[in-house]
Amino acid sequence: MPRATIHLPYTVEHLSILDAEGNVDAALDPNLDAALLLKLYRTMLLARRLDERMLALQRQGRIGTFGPIKGQEAAQLGSICVLRDTDWMVPAFREAAALLWRGTRIEDLLLFWAGREEGQAGATERTLPIAVPVATQLPHAVGIAWGARYKHDPAVVMTYFGDGATSEGEFHEALNFAGVMQLPVVFVCQNNQWAISTPRAKQTRAQTLAQKALAYGFPGIQVDGNDILAVYVAAHEAVARARSGDGPTLIECVTYRLSVHTTADDPLRYRDETEVRQWEARDPLLRFTTYLEGRALLDPARRAALEGEVRDEIKTAVERFEAAPPPDPLDMFDHLYAQRPPELSAQRQELAAALSAISHRTAEPAGGKGR
Amino acid sequence: MAMMNMVKALNRALHDEMLRDPDVVVLGEDVGVDEGVFRVTEGLLKKFGVQRVLDTPLAEAAIVGMSIGMAIYGLKPVCEIQFAGFCYLDYDQLESHAARIRNRTRGRFHCQMVLRTPYGGGIRAIEHHSESREAIYAHTPGLKMVIPSGPRNARALLLSAIRDPDPVLFFEPAAIYRAFREEVPDEEETLPLGTAQVVQVGGDVTLIAYGAMMRPTVEAAAVLAAEDGVHADVIDLLSLYPMDTDTITASVKKTGRAVVVHEAPRTCGIGAEVVARLVESAFLYLEAPVRRLTGFDIPFPYFAREQAYLPNAARIARAVRETLRF
Repeated sequence: MPRATIHLPYTVEHLSILDAEGNVDAALDPNLDAALLLKLYRTMLLARRLDERMLALQRQGRIGTFGPIKGQEAAQLGSICVLRDTDWMVPAFREAAALLWRGTRIEDLLLFWAGREEGQAGATERTLPIAVPVATQLPHAVGIAWGARYKHDPAVVMTYFGDGATSEGEFHEALNFAGVMQLPVVFVCQNNQWAISTPRAKQTRAQTLAQKALAYGFPGIQVDGNDILAVYVAAHEAVARARSGDGPTLIECVTYRLSVHTTADDPLRYRDETEVRQWEARDPLLRFTTYLEGRALLDPARRAALEGEVRDEIKTAVERFEAAPPPDPLDMFDHLYAQRPPELSAQRQELAAALSAISHRTAEPAGGKGR
Repeated sequence: MAMMNMVKALNRALHDEMLRDPDVVVLGEDVGVDEGVFRVTEGLLKKFGVQRVLDTPLAEAAIVGMSIGMAIYGLKPVCEIQFAGFCYLDYDQLESHAARIRNRTRGRFHCQMVLRTPYGGGIRAIEHHSESREAIYAHTPGLKMVIPSGPRNARALLLSAIRDPDPVLFFEPAAIYRAFREEVPDEEETLPLGTAQVVQVGGDVTLIAYGAMMRPTVEAAAVLAAEDGVHADVIDLLSLYPMDTDTITASVKKTGRAVVVHEAPRTCGIGAEVVARLVESAFLYLEAPVRRLTGFDIPFPYFAREQAYLPNAARIARAVRETLRF
């Protein structure tokens, strides 16, 4: 009974197709058609400009705290674009680009970050609402995938999370369930290097996050997350595998959070700005622009036209957002249960009476009756 | 009509509802091949197969999280957590998602699921197997909290819970599982959630309880009738949220005196809520302070001391006598 080595049938690949300078590995280039590439580019530009606009809106107090996505557009769009409308997306809270791709309206995102549930009411079918508690959405993806299989629905579920989430218990539980049950889930990790102030190196001693899939008995792949072509290829393979019944995949997109964790955060307290400068040189938008120009799909005139288009689209959406009727406070009692229980009816009535009495008092002229 | 214990009655409800509705699926630890550690899921795997009866890995948060995903997809999962003392691991999924998904999306998604779990003491179990923490869930907006007290209402309430479009916590008193048998009608029977039952009309004092505490409460009422000539209204809450304020209020307006009984710790317990509601709804009718006869504000003791911890008929009767003397 000697000590023996168990040889595991796994390796972890790292995939990179389009480098930071815009050079492409022609052998690996998926040669996506022009229409898809331009739609991806336009959405990436829209997401970037929306991010910038939202920062301004937040600073002006027109929306609340939000989590910018700057730098992570390729990781999101390269993966989400592989899904069909009939597939499911289970987001975390930093996926604005992927949500835009799925058809979420800009004004709905603004409503959400302005503190209004209505913003989550209108997203596309089969796109779950934004989930704030880290990693808690991952078991939902598992349950949806199980439901799809039970109903002989060929849908695939793609779920998003960050590097910090891989330390949470529900990351382990969800990947374990998906592996045991061989469910059609694609786990997309946006490893943006920072969980607020905690760097990737302090989340895990593991060399890659992708290798965590191996313990659950399914493939994990690491890709350059700022390379939209690499993300696309990995996601395409993973979705095909899921759809054909071969189970889940974990994709680690190595990317970087170029902006703040949220607008309530000051990254100067914990990270070196030279690191940010290095990653700015690897900006996914810059290299995708170079690639498209290389394929003669984009030129400065076309870029300027697209900039104008997305600027107008955002402007119109912000106007629609700001024209939304003010929130009805009594509405908060009406959506918790299918049928309002007596407790909530009584509490609703109590608030209605209080609001009415108070507004009546403040409406009275100074020195008026009742004093 | 058939005589059956609560385990059989719950099993009957699961079986009948799975037959009726293919969207109902059962999942949890040891619910399939082993048929549940208390055998509540007996025969379901054989009848409905692995497509509908799912033995999961050991992970309470994922069992509930997966159920939420199933419900979002449109299924009606009934998950079992092996003991209520293990529900803390899945509480975040209940609080952060099951309870909120309808509200958060303004009804675009909802979460039709039931979490079944045995709770309560009196079964000489090791630590973590006797907890009674229903107040946590009754305090969580978006959930419903239901506790049956006998075979017949267990079967009826479980059917109603599975059909309810919102998440229902269904706590099963482990001490009652096989404690007695009761006639359960052959035809389908449901009970509306949020409705209490008056199990006995007396008129002198109101006793309010639920779950496993119904038995000593009814026993105490019999002792008081026999020894003191005191006749109690006895109310089984059945549903802790929503709670049937009207039924307890109507009784207390008549009797002016009430004792509320539960085995859970006292502070911020269901009894506190009952007292608050009675103060709000029947203040001018009260002849005595509403008394709480409950478990104590300590972790559930190891079983050598559990009988001292749990309210029993003698202590309930004593509390009622003090309330009557006030």
